[in-house]
Amino acid sequence: MECVFGLVGDGFALVAADTSAVHSILVHKSNEDKVMILDSHKLLGASGEAGDRVQFTEYIQKNVHLYEFRNGIPLTTAATANFTRGELALALRKNPYSVNILLAGYDKNIGPSLYYIDYIATLHKVDKGAFGYGSYFSLSMMDRHYKSGMSLEEAIDLVDKCIIEIRSRLVVAPPNFVIKIVDKDGAREYAWRESIKDAGVSAA
Amino acid sequence: MARYDRAITVFSPDGHLFQVEYALEAVRKGNAAVGVRGTDTIVLGVEKKSTPKLQDSRSVRKIVSLDTHIALACAGLKADARVLINRARIECQSHRLTVEDPVTVEYITRYIAGLQQKYTQSGGVRPFGLSTLIVGFDPDTGVPALYQTDPSGTFSAWKANATGRNSNSMREFLEKNYKETSGQETVKLAIRALLEVVESGGKNIEIAVMTKEHGLRQLEEAEIDAIVAEIEAEKAAAEAAKKAPSRDT
Repeated sequence: MECVFGLVGDGFALVAADTSAVHSILVHKSNEDKVMILDSHKLLGASGEAGDRVQFTEYIQKNVHLYEFRNGIPLTTAATANFTRGELALALRKNPYSVNILLAGYDKNIGPSLYYIDYIATLHKVDKGAFGYGSYFSLSMMDRHYKSGMSLEEAIDLVDKCIIEIRSRLVVAPPNFVIKIVDKDGAREYAWRESIKDAGVSAA
Repeated sequence: MARYDRAITVFSPDGHLFQVEYALEAVRKGNAAVGVRGTDTIVLGVEKKSTPKLQDSRSVRKIVSLDTHIALACAGLKADARVLINRARIECQSHRLTVEDPVTVEYITRYIAGLQQKYTQSGGVRPFGLSTLIVGFDPDTGVPALYQTDPSGTFSAWKANATGRNSNSMREFLEKNYKETSGQETVKLAIRALLEVVESGGKNIEIAVMTKEHGLRQLEEAEIDAIVAEIEAEKAAAEAAKKAPSRDT
């Protein structure tokens, strides 16, 4: 029941993801960070099989860094999206990765952008996107309330609306979410939305 | 002798690998490079041979980053350097991917030296014609390190070292004048060593400074000129002080 969704606002893009690591009926942990900071100005929110998710996103991150060291200049968001899609496509007919990705980035002179990349290597440049069962609710909420060029406050308000919808309507809804943003000042964590804190052992 | 320098894999009767020694000759003809390790700063300097007027000097970077905390300068065949640097950069990322830890300076030096050695023990290939100076801060301990490799594949750690043209004079200078320094003093020591063999002036030397907080920073020509001016002033003051007492007696 993983949920990842994102949208583009005025001079920024954000990605929100649930933070539960689940195996069958067991919740391993509820503070698993699934939105990777790819480089100074890119975010990679990923959902899917846990092993594939970490393996694939780390592989992409290291290759993005290698490009920057080799060429003295970072990859653009569009180039990164196409590279990522290419790797998924290469693996698809041999050993596919079960990972769905929302790539958000900020490029000077281009501004913020969001890319939807699914596990069979579909690539779309979008204003808003979502993966998982949560997408039924978040996409509908965003279709209703999203407008282009939203301010950060409006966007976070929309994200919170989506999270409330997911929490109240999805049968095994993830309790906690992380929200990360990327703008001209870089990629960073914005906030957590926790309804269950990983509690320590309570006193007898 | 002529028969023992063709194929690299052949030892000469008196135990020489001539191709490796000839590679060292190529290094000796390369531009001067110096590295100095301070307590919190490490400095790399290279001589910039006169740039042709129409060449874009920014495309000829002689001091490069291998990772956010490791830098390299070299003397010798620049084309060979490109290949080694590329492999080293890949290894830095590969190491981070497999063990989720940045490389230590020693690890990447060992890797580069290992690569250089491989090419002294294969058929049909020639050694890399360059010596490298590798600097960085170890990610766990934060200790600064300076290493040198050469075409034979040997490597060792140094407090300060030089390679390339006139490296012997620079090393002699460093041996006489080395002391534990930090910050700007380390930069000055490196520049003073380079100035022993290079024509004075900011446009003939390239200096990069590495600190733990800020990583690698290439100094601007104006900054280098300012420090060179300081050094010359200090030298002049020292000369004057030497002459003054003898005049009194």
